[in-house]
Amino acid sequence: MTGPQTDPGQTPEQEAQPGRRLAGLSSVLIVGILVFLVAVFTILNGTAFLNFGNFVNIAVDASVLLLLGVGMTFVIITAGIDLSVGSVLVLSGVVGGQVMVALSGTSEQVQNYQFPNQAIGIPAGVAAGLLTGLVFGLFNGLLITRLKMPPFIVTLGTLGIGLGLAQILTGGTDVRFVPTAIQSQIGTKEFFGFLPVPVVISLVVAVIAGVVLAKCGFGRYTYAIGSNADAARRVGIDVDRHLLKVYALSGLLAGLAGLLDLSRFNTTSIGAHTADNLASISAVVIGGTSLFGGIGTIIGSVVGTFIPAVLRNGFIIQGVQAFWQEVAVGVVLILAVFIDQRRRSAEERM
Amino acid sequence: MSAENPEKNGSDGRVVLGTRGISKSFGAVQALKNVDFEVRSGEVVALIGDNGAGKSTFINAITGVFRPDRGDITFEGEPVRFESPHDARERGIETVYQDLAVAPQLDAVGNIFLGRERYRPGILGRLGLLDQPRMRRETEEQLAELNVRIRDLGKPLSTFSGGQRQGVAVARAVMWASKVVIMDEPTAALGVAQVEMVLDLIRRVRDTGIPVLFISHNMPHVFDVADRICVLRLGEMVTELDPKKNTTDDAVAAMTGAVRARGRGEQ
Repeated sequence: MTGPQTDPGQTPEQEAQPGRRLAGLSSVLIVGILVFLVAVFTILNGTAFLNFGNFVNIAVDASVLLLLGVGMTFVIITAGIDLSVGSVLVLSGVVGGQVMVALSGTSEQVQNYQFPNQAIGIPAGVAAGLLTGLVFGLFNGLLITRLKMPPFIVTLGTLGIGLGLAQILTGGTDVRFVPTAIQSQIGTKEFFGFLPVPVVISLVVAVIAGVVLAKCGFGRYTYAIGSNADAARRVGIDVDRHLLKVYALSGLLAGLAGLLDLSRFNTTSIGAHTADNLASISAVVIGGTSLFGGIGTIIGSVVGTFIPAVLRNGFIIQGVQAFWQEVAVGVVLILAVFIDQRRRSAEERM
Repeated sequence: MSAENPEKNGSDGRVVLGTRGISKSFGAVQALKNVDFEVRSGEVVALIGDNGAGKSTFINAITGVFRPDRGDITFEGEPVRFESPHDARERGIETVYQDLAVAPQLDAVGNIFLGRERYRPGILGRLGLLDQPRMRRETEEQLAELNVRIRDLGKPLSTFSGGQRQGVAVARAVMWASKVVIMDEPTAALGVAQVEMVLDLIRRVRDTGIPVLFISHNMPHVFDVADRICVLRLGEMVTELDPKKNTTDDAVAAMTGAVRARGRGEQ
């Protein structure tokens, strides 16, 4: 609020705007870090790092996490959190994979890698996987809005439920004998011989989400709710309904990510996604989205997703232990949140 | 001041919003006791009272934030029941809340059109695309008409001072109100220049025929702008004062109950 010594409006041009400056700084900083990393790895490794094929590799690595990050961006802008995305990803992959296996042929046929009914099995599995994600997202949203429970606790609960169900369904072993067509036609397929389908899917989703967030009523309400939910309620926005949609979107995209993961490896990877929630939250926060709500962009989350991916790739080429990537991401994350906090407290002092 | 009818629609003195015998209790505390109240077209009514006198409770009761336990509300001569603030707003009653119901991370245009977004024409609009240039243009037009200056329409309100945010909140209410404007302490956080702007705005709205209900602690502001002053004390409407005949001392006495003041205008 206004301090007693200030006289608002009298000298508007002279008013300091530390909040604005820091906001600008953090987005420049983050793109700068990415460019810096690319430059460093290029200097160290030359064309072993800086070549189109390698960049495609990085993009493929990042594609699954990018889908989670897109949903997470919406969630965090509403000042929420979704810890369940990794589990939902796994469960959706398991359900999708099992439906594909069950419908694509008899158990004898699929064990010999024959899938006579895959024209039915694959679409049915995709639908089942997406539906699983959507249902989990809706479940999160309903608990948060109807029971007025904190998103952190609700999604921590569904994190356990999702992973547990995936392990119950599979007996703890990954789904095998998934139709190979999903890998050859989606997971490792390349448009025009150089654009991997998973990258295209992720980028299309990110572009659409970016337009929705920045230019559409849905995005406007997302910002408004995260900025001041009471103000949104008072002007007649159905806040609960909107939050339900946002969590449903996050679940749906986690489901899509699960199917993408399934198509890349032709099997599920139940144990490999326990840290996906934290990785996507880090990516989104590094990309400038504020954990306090009301601030964030999709393009920021895309950059924030690529920073860990570039680090991992660069370290591997460099021969550095890839575990250093986690150390570096941790440092960047802390820096990003520090800047965000400074920005917020600068605003509150005004 | 609706967009369609910026002309004077006259001050014929008819009752726009009224209450009869409104009571509201919170547990053992009776916040409002049998409040009778009227706002007529073309007037500024000030509602004053000490802290805890029931001013905000009264505003919340007549704008649908919650429903009174007893009593009736009439709007344009008919009994009404507002289920929510949104309900009241749809009928043309705009409220500026004490706690600044703005979204600090949105810009002024986003806040002014919040919940009333304009969409692009045709298929793009049906896909949910906002018509940002149009919203900005309409905001500029209305603000110019209201003589409200906002520093930068494209910047988030978090970069504004408290007074400038209040300016946006007031401008939003005035821009959309077609029947009544209610302002709960609109000058509390303002500097001298902004107070003048808000009081000027209140007069200008009144002159279009739209009544303003102005809640304030600040006696100079109240006496400056009000046509009538209603005094709430401990949930009761104790008296009505005439700013031309009564003094600030009368108002303070009535608020605190130090003297059993009666409005001289009524005698």
